[in-house]
Amino acid sequence: MPTETVQPGKASLLYDPKIRGYVYQAALLAVVGFLLYSAASNAITNLRAQKIASGFGFWHNAAGFDVNQKLIPFSASGSTYGEAFYVGLLNTLLVASIGIVLSTFLGFFVGVARLSSNWVLSKLAMIYVEVIRNLPLLLQLFFWYNAVLKPLPNPRQSIDLHFFGLGWPSPLLTGLMAIAAGLAWLLYKSSDRLANSDRDRGLVKLVSGVVLTVATVIWLVYSGILHVVSSGFLLNNRGLYLPDPQLGPGGSLIVWTFLIGIVASIIFRVWARKQQEATGKQYPVGWIALGLIVVLPFFVYLVTGRPVSFIYPEIAGFNLRGGIQIFPEFVALLLGLTTYTAGFIAEVVRAGILAVSKGQTEAANALGLRAGPTLKLVVIPQAMRVIIPPLTSNYLNLTKNSSLAVAIGYPDLVQVFTGTVLNQTGQAVEVVAITMAVYLTISLVTSFFMNIYNKRMALVER
Amino acid sequence: MTDATLENSPYAFVRKETLPQETAPLSVAGPLAWVRANLFSGPVNSILTLLCVYIVVTTVPEMVRFYFIDAVWSGTNRDACLADKIGRPVGACWAYIADRFQYFIYGSYPVPQRWRVNIVFAMFALGVVWLLWERAPLKKVGLFFFFVMLPIGAYVLLLGGPNAEGFLRWLIILTLVLMVVYLVLSFVPALARFWIGPAFLAVEEAQPPWKRFYRPKRLILLSLVVFGLIAILADTIGLPRVDTGLWGGMTVTFLIAAVGIVFSLPLGVILALGRRSRLPIIQLLSVIFIEFVRGVPLITVLFMANTMLPLFVPQEYSPDRLLRPLVGVALFAAAYMAEVIRGGLQAMPKGQYEGAMSLGLGYWQMMRLIILPQALRIVIPGIVNTFIGLFKDTTLVTIVGIFDFLRTIEATLVDPTWATPTTRATGYAFAAMFYFLCCWGMSRYSISVEKRMAAGQKR
Repeated sequence: MPTETVQPGKASLLYDPKIRGYVYQAALLAVVGFLLYSAASNAITNLRAQKIASGFGFWHNAAGFDVNQKLIPFSASGSTYGEAFYVGLLNTLLVASIGIVLSTFLGFFVGVARLSSNWVLSKLAMIYVEVIRNLPLLLQLFFWYNAVLKPLPNPRQSIDLHFFGLGWPSPLLTGLMAIAAGLAWLLYKSSDRLANSDRDRGLVKLVSGVVLTVATVIWLVYSGILHVVSSGFLLNNRGLYLPDPQLGPGGSLIVWTFLIGIVASIIFRVWARKQQEATGKQYPVGWIALGLIVVLPFFVYLVTGRPVSFIYPEIAGFNLRGGIQIFPEFVALLLGLTTYTAGFIAEVVRAGILAVSKGQTEAANALGLRAGPTLKLVVIPQAMRVIIPPLTSNYLNLTKNSSLAVAIGYPDLVQVFTGTVLNQTGQAVEVVAITMAVYLTISLVTSFFMNIYNKRMALVER
Repeated sequence: MTDATLENSPYAFVRKETLPQETAPLSVAGPLAWVRANLFSGPVNSILTLLCVYIVVTTVPEMVRFYFIDAVWSGTNRDACLADKIGRPVGACWAYIADRFQYFIYGSYPVPQRWRVNIVFAMFALGVVWLLWERAPLKKVGLFFFFVMLPIGAYVLLLGGPNAEGFLRWLIILTLVLMVVYLVLSFVPALARFWIGPAFLAVEEAQPPWKRFYRPKRLILLSLVVFGLIAILADTIGLPRVDTGLWGGMTVTFLIAAVGIVFSLPLGVILALGRRSRLPIIQLLSVIFIEFVRGVPLITVLFMANTMLPLFVPQEYSPDRLLRPLVGVALFAAAYMAEVIRGGLQAMPKGQYEGAMSLGLGYWQMMRLIILPQALRIVIPGIVNTFIGLFKDTTLVTIVGIFDFLRTIEATLVDPTWATPTTRATGYAFAAMFYFLCCWGMSRYSISVEKRMAAGQKR
C-alpha cells in the first residue's frame, strides 16, 4: 500500500496568517493615522480661520468671573483661568469624596434592609432601589434642586431645624415614658413565666414589645438627641446654614486629642489582633476605641473649660450672617448623587451577601457564634470579595456623574472649566483634553488602589 | 388469653377516639404569628417597623391626595390650576400635561408633518416587538429590519427634503442591483465562489436554484417593500425638509437611544473582538479606545463632540447640531457594550473555538457562525442593562442644548402659560413615569430572558 505523505508545503503568501496579521495591522494603523492627521490639520485650519490661538497660554490670563463655592481663594478681579481649574477640581473632589462615603453607608443599609426578615423594611428598600435605579440621574438632580430646594422660603423666613419645633420635653412625660419602657421590658422578659400557653405568651410578648418600642422611640427622641444635633440649623433657598464652631484658647488641644485618639486606636487594634493570634485572648477593641476617640476628647473639652463656641447664623437685612453656608447646588448634587449611587451599591451588597453560601452561616452557628459575630467574621469578609470590584466601579461612576453638576450650576470642574472657561477662551481642544485627562487620572488612580485592596481581600487558593 | 383490644380493655383510661384537632398556637401560625415573625421579632426590628410604617403613613396618603384627589384634570391655561381661582386646594396639574402632550412627544416638529414621526414610531414599535417577542417568526429578518431598515427609513422620513429623497432613490437602485446579482448567483452558483467557501458551495449547489441564498432573498424583498412604501409616500404626499433644530421631545429621546443601540452593538462587537485579538496593534488600539471612553464622563464626551467635532472636519462638512451628540452617545455606548460582549466571549469554552477551527472555518466564519451567536445570547441581560443606562443617559444631551424629552418638560416649566406652584411637581412626576416605565419594562424583560436561559441550563 503506497502511503501518501501530505507535504505541508509553502502556503501562498496570501493565506499566511502571520503575513495577513501584519497587513491588517498596517492597514488599521494607516487608517487611524490618516484620521488623526486629517483631524489635526483640519483643526489647525479651522482654528486659524476662527482666529483662536492654540496652546496653553490662556492658563495665566485673568479669569474675570466669580465662583460662589470655593475652597481656595478666588475672585473675579485677581484670579486666572488656571486657578479656576483648581477651584473646579477641588469642588469635584469634595462632592465626590463626601458622596462616596455617604452612598456607601446608605447603600449598605438599603442592601442589608432588602434582605431583612422585616417585611415592611425589605419592601420599602425594594421600592427605593427600583425607583431610584430606573430614573435618570439628571431628572433626580432637577427634582432635588428645582422642586425641593428652590421652593424653600427666603432667608427671612428660614426653616429652623431646631428640634423640628417640638421644644424641650417635659420632665413628667420623660419620666412616664421611662416607667412605661421599664415595665414593658420586665413584661417581655418574664412572659414565659406569666403565661400558660404558647398563644398567651406570644400575645404578651407582642404587646409588651410594641409598648417597649413606642416608649423607647419617644423617649429617645424626647431626651434631646435631636436637640443636640440640630440646634442652630437654618434652611432656606440660599442653602443650609450650620453653626460655625470657634475654638477658644486650648481648643486645639481637643482636636489633637481626637487625632491622637484615632491613631492610638489603630495601633491598639493592630496590637490586639497580634495578641489574639498569639495567645487567643480577645480585647474589647470597640469600647477602647470609643473611649479614645469620643470620651477622651470630651473629657479634655470639659477640663479645658469648654473652649468651643458656636457662631450661629442670624438674620441680617435680607440675608443671613454668620455660620457656615452650604450652597443649595452642593446639597442638591450631593443628595442626588448619594441616593442614586446608593441604589446601585445596595444591589451590589445584596448580591455579595447572597453569594455567601448558607452553609457558611450554619457552620458558624454550629461553632456557637451568635448572629453578630457570624455576620462580622464569616459572612461580610466573604461577601466583600464579591462586593469590592463592582463597588469600585460605582465609586468611579459617582465621580464621573458629579459632572452633571453643570446642569444645576454647582461649580465643579466641568461647570467652571469646560463650561465657563471654554466659553470665554474658545480653546475647545485644550480645555476638553485637560478635563478628560483629569477624569482619566482619577479613574486610573482609583482603580489602581482598589485593585491593591481587592488583591489583599481575594481568596488565596492553592 | 391475649385478645385484649381497645374495645374490651378493662382499663378506662385508654382513649378510644382521637381528639379534635386544635388550632395551632397563635404564636406559631396565623396572621399574628406572621406579624410577630416578620415585623416585631425583636426590639430593633420593632423600632424599624414602626419607623417604616410612620414613613409610609406620612407620605403615601399625601401623595395620593396631591396626585389624584386634589389634582386638576382639565383646563386650557394656568387659571385652571390656581387655588384662589378655582377655590379649592390644588394638587397636581394634569391639565398642563394634557395640553402640552403633543409638544412632549414631537417637540417643535411642524404639526402637518407629524404623521411622519408617527410612521417612524410605528416602525420602531414593530422592530422592538419583532426582536423582543420570543416566538416571533423570521428573527433574522427582524434584526435586519431593526438595525438597517429602521435607521435608513427614519432618516429619510424624519429629515425629508431633496437630499433624503436622492438618498432614497440611490438606495432603491442599489437594492435592485443586488436583486439582479442575487438572481444571477442563484442560477450560476459557481460565481459565488469568492465569498462562499467550497464546502458551503457544495451544500448550496445540491439545492434547487430558488432555495439557494434564501436569506438575502428575504432581506432584499423587505428592503424593496420598505423603500418602495417610503418612495410612494414621498411622491404622493411629499416629504419637505424638517431641520433637526425643530425635532424634540420623546422623538429625540427615542432617536438617540435607537442610534445608540444600533451603532454601539456592532461597534462594540468589533471592539470586543479587537481587544481579544492576538494582533498587538489592533489590541492596543481597542484597549486605548475602550479604557479612554470608560474613564471619562459622558458629559465631557458630549462637550467634545459638540465643540471639537466641527473643528476636526473641513468647514463645509460641519456636522449637524443633532448629529454631534448622536456620534458622542454612540461611541460612548460602544465602549461599554464592548466590555459586556467581551464578558460573553470570555465565557465561551475553548472547545467551541477548537471545534470551529477543526471544521476548517476561518476567523470571521468562526466568529459569525459559532462564537458570537452563543456569546451574545449569554450577555443579553448585560446588553439590556447597558441599554437601560444609555436610555437614562440620553437626558444628558439636554446640557448641550438638544431638545430631548426632559428638556421639553423643563422648557414648559418656565412658560408663563402654565406657571403655577404645582406645575413643576406635575412635570417631574410625568417625566419620572415615562422614564420609569421604559427602564423598568426593559429590566423586567432582561430578568425574564435570564430566567428563560437559566431554565435551559438547569439539569
